[in-house]
Amino acid sequence: MAAIYSLYIINKSGGLIFYKDYGSKGRMDTNDSLRVASLWHSMHAISQQLSPTTGCSGIELLEADTFDLHCFQSLTGTKFFVVCEPGTQHMEALLKVVYELYTDYVLKNPFYEMEMPIRCELFDINLTQAVQKDRVVLLGR
Amino acid sequence: MGYNIGIRLIDEFLAKSNVSRCVDFKETAEMIAKVGFKMFLGVTASVMNWDADGTCCSIVLEDNPLVDFVELPDTCQGLYYCNILSGVIRGALEMVAMKTEVTWIRDMLRGDDAYELQVKLLKQVPEEYPYKDDE
Repeated sequence: MAAIYSLYIINKSGGLIFYKDYGSKGRMDTNDSLRVASLWHSMHAISQQLSPTTGCSGIELLEADTFDLHCFQSLTGTKFFVVCEPGTQHMEALLKVVYELYTDYVLKNPFYEMEMPIRCELFDINLTQAVQKDRVVLLGR
Repeated sequence: MGYNIGIRLIDEFLAKSNVSRCVDFKETAEMIAKVGFKMFLGVTASVMNWDADGTCCSIVLEDNPLVDFVELPDTCQGLYYCNILSGVIRGALEMVAMKTEVTWIRDMLRGDDAYELQVKLLKQVPEEYPYKDDE
């Protein structure tokens, strides 16, 4: 029972730079994932305008019947969001970990161009390890 | 060069130091001097000489690890050896919506007694979404 269905990373301008799916359900092909990512980027921006209070930083959690979507936006505008089973705990912590992995393995990779799709092996390896660790902790409870 | 380093460094700084959004430029400058320099160079700097509107300040470093063992030869007397640091700060702040200008005021390699960087906030550029451009 995979708790996470998929992970997306969007750059400042709303383009999808990383997509990974873990579950057996909800797999999308590249075009669909690109479309969904841009949709989310726009929704996130609109939510900041809709907010009745000032200083809103956008949607952090979306709860639906069959999934939860947790979103984390860094102060530089890069968004990390994960689609998971309803009620999954500690997704914010996982998103923070993914952010750190992004800074360590993607930004420090000299061949990586900013705002472009991520194609960094070390990032993939470490990300898989982090998600696995998270899964083990969840199953152990 | 420093600019390219700065745009990537800012994410690492934000991820590792867990700081929240700074309320104003003063806080930003303090963050850079105390947390940023400490994290990346291992030295703390101090912030002084704030101007009247709070948009320009100096960051003073007593000790600069970049210049350990460095001496400027005669042919390079006009060189700003540490200019990479000004690019780093400028790049990093640009990624968090602030346009700044960073220059060296005092530089020990050229004979002064300390390292002083002047950081001047030119403007804040928050992300604007073009909702109203059809009007």
